[in-house]
Amino acid sequence: MPRLTIDDLKKIKEQYKSTITLREGGYRAKVTVHMGTCGIAAGARKVMEALLDEITKNGVKDVIVTTSGCAGLCSKEPMATVEIIHEAPVKYVELSDEKIRKIFKEHLMNGHVVEDCALVMGSETAY
Amino acid sequence: METYRSSVMLCGGTGCIAGGSLKIKKSLDAELKNRGLENEINVVLTGCNGFCAEGPVMTVYPEDIFYKKVKETDIPLIVEEHFIKGRPVESLMYKEPIKKQTIPLMKEIPFFSLQVLRALRNKGLIDAEKIEEYIARDGYQAAAKALTQMTPEQIIDEMKKSGLRGRGGAGFPTGLKWEESARAKADQKFILCNGDEGDPGAFMDRSIMEGDPHVVLEGMIIGAKAIGASKGYIYVRAEYPLAVHRLKLAIEQARENGLLGDNILGTGFNFDIEIYQGAGAFVCGESTALMRSIEGKRGMPRPRPPQSAVKGLWEKPTVLNNVETYANVPQIILNGADWFKTLGTEKSTGTKVFALSGAINNIGLIEVPMGIPLRKIIFDIGGGVPKGRKFKAVQLGGPSGGCIPEALLDTPVTYEDIVQTGAIVGSGGMVVMNDLNCMVSVAKFFLEFTVEESCGKCPPCRVGTTVMLDLLTNITEGKGKEGDIELLEELSRDIITTSLCGLGQTAPNPALTTIKYFRDEYESHIREQWCKTGVCKELCTFYIDEGKCKACGLCKKVCPQKAVSGEKKVPHHIDQSLCVQCRSCYEVCKFDSVQIGPRAMREELKQKDAHRLAEATAGKEG
Repeated sequence: MPRLTIDDLKKIKEQYKSTITLREGGYRAKVTVHMGTCGIAAGARKVMEALLDEITKNGVKDVIVTTSGCAGLCSKEPMATVEIIHEAPVKYVELSDEKIRKIFKEHLMNGHVVEDCALVMGSETAY
Repeated sequence: METYRSSVMLCGGTGCIAGGSLKIKKSLDAELKNRGLENEINVVLTGCNGFCAEGPVMTVYPEDIFYKKVKETDIPLIVEEHFIKGRPVESLMYKEPIKKQTIPLMKEIPFFSLQVLRALRNKGLIDAEKIEEYIARDGYQAAAKALTQMTPEQIIDEMKKSGLRGRGGAGFPTGLKWEESARAKADQKFILCNGDEGDPGAFMDRSIMEGDPHVVLEGMIIGAKAIGASKGYIYVRAEYPLAVHRLKLAIEQARENGLLGDNILGTGFNFDIEIYQGAGAFVCGESTALMRSIEGKRGMPRPRPPQSAVKGLWEKPTVLNNVETYANVPQIILNGADWFKTLGTEKSTGTKVFALSGAINNIGLIEVPMGIPLRKIIFDIGGGVPKGRKFKAVQLGGPSGGCIPEALLDTPVTYEDIVQTGAIVGSGGMVVMNDLNCMVSVAKFFLEFTVEESCGKCPPCRVGTTVMLDLLTNITEGKGKEGDIELLEELSRDIITTSLCGLGQTAPNPALTTIKYFRDEYESHIREQWCKTGVCKELCTFYIDEGKCKACGLCKKVCPQKAVSGEKKVPHHIDQSLCVQCRSCYEVCKFDSVQIGPRAMREELKQKDAHRLAEATAGKEG
């Protein structure tokens, strides 16, 4: 193990930032992948895996991913809700691996809603 | 690095481990792997979460869902419902005891929301065995600042300005202690950490050592720079195996990373720490005895002066601080003394950690701002007294402290105000007592502890506490005499003024405070041979008030002696020749019909029984 310098302390802190943000709060954006029976059957797991993959590949530290139950619109699954703090949440429908990667790039990183897959602004109340 | 979507912070404090959290971790890991979630969900074994009464507990982030009393068999349900389908499991959530309302989020449960975390700031948020997680929460930043940007004088100045006082019990200002030691000239100085937590019902330091061991090391590094020490010892009792294990691991990690040893963080500063395991003698928590013990001698205090700051361990200038004191140091250095003083009162700044136990709903570990009234701690955070019983007293400061009655519950928790009541803030043990506690017996319990633990060096403590215990034992056994109370008070004064160390000087406090606030209980024990709580078996008679009895049969059911007789709809009756005064009937009765009378009643009732029996027999014959 190398001996640490003061700069190394900062680097370690930065490296672990996403883990700590998850626990402390203070994230910039949250994506909720709806994981009811309908969502899972329609492929929500693949959507979530693709999203986590993008986050890791791009070294993003301030976006968190979480899951919720059925959103109530089973015919349009897989669905996900993107919430950028201080902005209205956007519900995306009929997602796929490619679509969520596009949403990651355009909405989460650049702030433009991907209108092709967007259903509505707003969200149901969850815990 | 892996990106996780969820962190499961499973409590790995001693209490939750005893409740099975290691088994839960194993089956959670297995279940997540089984469902292919091991790269999405991160399970972390943390230090003590604090809510020990509800253990084993876990918190799931980012939602902040708090699960209590989790069992191994609950794991498949949690994984299926919460982690796969995103539906938190309601049956495992906390329920508020009065309105039975479910509170899903940890931050909304009053036990947590009314606390302010400083010494415990990493509680439940980091993996205690990973130095990276400590660093990720600003760990070792304060040490870096102290080593590179501050002179020893500046560090001491900041500590003095912060007003931080020793959290081990005596409340001596930490900055002054450091200053005195820094001024002393010597070729070697030592910095010690007191982790010899010995008060019954206290587990603040254990929880910090188990849950955030690096904060103790960092506090000591800063202290070492301030006084110019090159060597440190952490004195931990061997009965704390998990604390010893985590501290050892933390020291190894810190050494590997160049945070202990030579040339720390490349600054040229050298300092190393070793662990010294104590064998569990209470007296070794006393500073001079602790140093003797590290030297390999029998742990006994020595007269002062010279103060340890000038002549301590191996006759060298030595600073000894408590675990919780060190846990406050990095935050003061990083955020400044003014920030630290934003909480607390003028003379008692910052926060204090308390261990709540006894007759209280939310048994556990809490951190609150100094100056908070006792009532708020016990009723709002602690959730009050369980089973509808009445609050009687709260014991603060362990064998050196005292019992504070209901009338003084609005006393703010500060060093100055608590001393006025006759108790002390102490290291932070808070034992709540309800109306089933006999205060003479409570005093006797603490004196038994002191007699057992007195090192025997000075006669006032060795002989004096034994005589006090004999008097108290006599009172609880019905052999108390007029004048015993006054004799106890006189002995107390003598022991306080003539004992060598802090232990003897405070040993009479439990007896003195119970006499002060509950003198009527002592008097009824002595004069009426009557222990009104039914604790002292020699001094009570249990009987049923036939007017109040609803013949529900509960007392009959619990009586181990089959001393209770009675049919449905007929008031029950206790046979005095069978009763062993176990108090079970009194505790279960919902109608207040089981009564406790003085000892003399027993004979009276026995005669009545005999008379009744004779009459009944005569009636049959006639």
